[in-house]
Amino acid sequence: MAVRERLSGNEAVAYAIKQINPDVMPAFPITPSTEIPQYVANYIANGEIDTEFIPVESEHSAMSATVGASAAGARALTATSSCGLALMWEELYVAASNRLPIVLALVNRALSGPININADHSDSMGARDSGWIQIYAESNQEVYDNFLQAFLIAEHKDVMLPVMICQDGFITSHGVENILLVEDDQVKEFVGEREPEHYLLNPNETLAVGPYAVSSYYMETKRGQREAMINARKVILEVANRFQAMTGRQYGFFEAYRLEDADYAVVIIGSAAGTCKAAIEEIRNTTGKKVGLLKIRVFRPFPEEEIAAALTHVKAVAILDRSEMFSATSGPLGAEVRAALYQAKGTAETVNYFYGLGGRDITVEDFCQVYDNLEKIAAEHKVTDMYEYIGLRS
Amino acid sequence: MISDRINENSPWQDITEGNKIFEAATSKEFCTGEWRTSTPVWDQEKCKQCLLCTPVCPDSSIPVCDQKREDFDYDHCKGCGICAKVCPFGAITMKEGK
Amino acid sequence: MEAYNFKEIMSKPERLAPGHRMCAGCGGTIAVRGVLRALHEGDKAVVGNATGCLEVSSFMYPYTAYEDSYIHNAFENAGATLSGVETAYRVLKKRGKLKEDYKFITFGGDGGTYDIGFQSLSGAMERGHDMVYVCYDNGAYMNTGTQRSSATPQFADTTTTPAGKVSNGKVQIRKDLAAIMAEHHIPYVGQTTFTANFKDLHTKAEKAIYTPGAAFLNVLAPCPRGWGYEPSDLMDICKAAVDTCYWPLYEVVDGKWSITYEPKEKLPIEDFLRSQRRFRHLFKPGNEELIAEFQREVDRRWEELQVKCSK
Repeated sequence: MAVRERLSGNEAVAYAIKQINPDVMPAFPITPSTEIPQYVANYIANGEIDTEFIPVESEHSAMSATVGASAAGARALTATSSCGLALMWEELYVAASNRLPIVLALVNRALSGPININADHSDSMGARDSGWIQIYAESNQEVYDNFLQAFLIAEHKDVMLPVMICQDGFITSHGVENILLVEDDQVKEFVGEREPEHYLLNPNETLAVGPYAVSSYYMETKRGQREAMINARKVILEVANRFQAMTGRQYGFFEAYRLEDADYAVVIIGSAAGTCKAAIEEIRNTTGKKVGLLKIRVFRPFPEEEIAAALTHVKAVAILDRSEMFSATSGPLGAEVRAALYQAKGTAETVNYFYGLGGRDITVEDFCQVYDNLEKIAAEHKVTDMYEYIGLRS
Repeated sequence: MISDRINENSPWQDITEGNKIFEAATSKEFCTGEWRTSTPVWDQEKCKQCLLCTPVCPDSSIPVCDQKREDFDYDHCKGCGICAKVCPFGAITMKEGK
Repeated sequence: MEAYNFKEIMSKPERLAPGHRMCAGCGGTIAVRGVLRALHEGDKAVVGNATGCLEVSSFMYPYTAYEDSYIHNAFENAGATLSGVETAYRVLKKRGKLKEDYKFITFGGDGGTYDIGFQSLSGAMERGHDMVYVCYDNGAYMNTGTQRSSATPQFADTTTTPAGKVSNGKVQIRKDLAAIMAEHHIPYVGQTTFTANFKDLHTKAEKAIYTPGAAFLNVLAPCPRGWGYEPSDLMDICKAAVDTCYWPLYEVVDGKWSITYEPKEKLPIEDFLRSQRRFRHLFKPGNEELIAEFQREVDRRWEELQVKCSK
């Protein structure tokens, strides 16, 4: 029986951590993820779990200690946001290349500067090349569900990669929503315990981790990481299927919302998908225009073929980025989705939008305008500006 | 030998996951003795087995067994000469070359 | 603690294998061997390592020089990394997944310890992880080619503080890291180097490893290339460092400071400086005042240490 609750996204993640009762959690406070280690510290203080919490002195040390704990054989995780993730940068790559099944609860927040505490994806998008699996959520329910699946994906013997479970700062992390929680014993059975193969504290085997690998080995190592990412595709879907069997809630690489018959589509990541869905309902109900949404859940590995296939019939696509990458031509999602369409010889017109940077609001009306623009672009076969902004004053 | 399994001709599939090595002390296979430009020579007659030469070796190349040193591990000795300098009995001399 | 029987201790199995790529005459691996020798036979350990000469030379894929399990992570985080390993150990023990006992020892050069890894070290010590952080201090960034660190002594000629027509080498005096670690009020801090029978290093390493809680060991580990001396002279250099009181041997046990070796006759600092190329410019005519200044700093610190130890 599922348990009905009202929780914020941070509480939901902390509750998932409580249900998993992992071995080690080093963490450092940063808005808006701070609540997660706070909740966990409280569970520990009240004897509800016996995870070891390490109150480290920086995010770099948080990920360093997580790497140490995971290499030692423990199930280890941490949580952070924004500049905290930036300070971990070096360690993200180390965790991935060491093939450590770490889970990171990331509460997305804009990177400095200027300093800003609100949601955008500049933190995790910057880390997209680090070798981590990245899974995003629209709602509190999704971030909870994603978190419960994270260790199973990370620790799968064909994967052995770290997993970043992302949610939008304040919007879901602090927004309280109705949520269905899985029963504790069901979570225990679903997630199980980590059974490491090679680990530092194995009394029967001496292990050395973290060598200097000269050019004769580096490239082969990276190829091995790619293979793990390829394998992750299958494992992510397998775990999602098992999760669906337990909860009835279905997950894949992305959610196709009213996309099947759509002429115009938005591609987006994260909480703004909810606003987009409201716009879709409004447009369909009032005008009958066929508009739809592709909400990306798994950004790494990038489900290129699947995305292209889902968009083949669409006349025009707006790809919405919540972070800059300053190529001056596109955002990260825009670049990759367009590459996917090109590779699949897609015929849809595309336009890249920037929205929500540093927590700027996006409204139903904004999405309605995006769909209007798509209709115009499809009719004229002409994109006047490939680099549109939503809500930018000019 | 680990070098039979992992070497610079190994395909990527043979590189261990996360570059982890699941064995101890595989460095022994690598012969640093080839670096030597001068070589310590141990005179067993003069040696009083005081063992002062053993801890100063940066290359763990003076084996000790039951409180007695044995001859140099020439596969690994780099010929730095610290041992010869600390020997109080002149039992180690450095000779030119390998 | 085991009684110090030199010959017995020298007969213990080696825990740092040969075949590593450190330079001939390197003080770093002498320090590592010396510290690991203090582990009791049969005791298991996980060895950590900051990036540096030692790391890139002792674990070049696929060749590890360690008999024990080993983890290198990055340059600035040896303290945090091992604190993660040690915490994993405690939780696996607590949950009945591990029966064996382990010790945790991590090595970093002075660059990775005094400078870039200082915060990570301080954090690990303050949190009180049951581990030993060993700094093998060769007074500069040797792995990248002898750049100055905060452990570099004043006036040393390094590649980023070169002695030149208008420069006398490094301007600043060196940071006193062992004292800073003692001020963390951890149970054990030791400063040592190589003495003839290695008793000082061995005893301190053993105390550091077997004292419950966080411990810090600072080991002067000469670098023939960076300092500019004949590799075979290593032990003379160490002796001069100690007998001039440039590098006093002391320990701080539960807040109690004590000098573990008092030179019979305190030698002038020139005896330490003279044989090293990095101080060659100090011996040019007209630079006598620089040596006098160096001497005053050594004297000041030695006196300060004596006061701390008399309490």
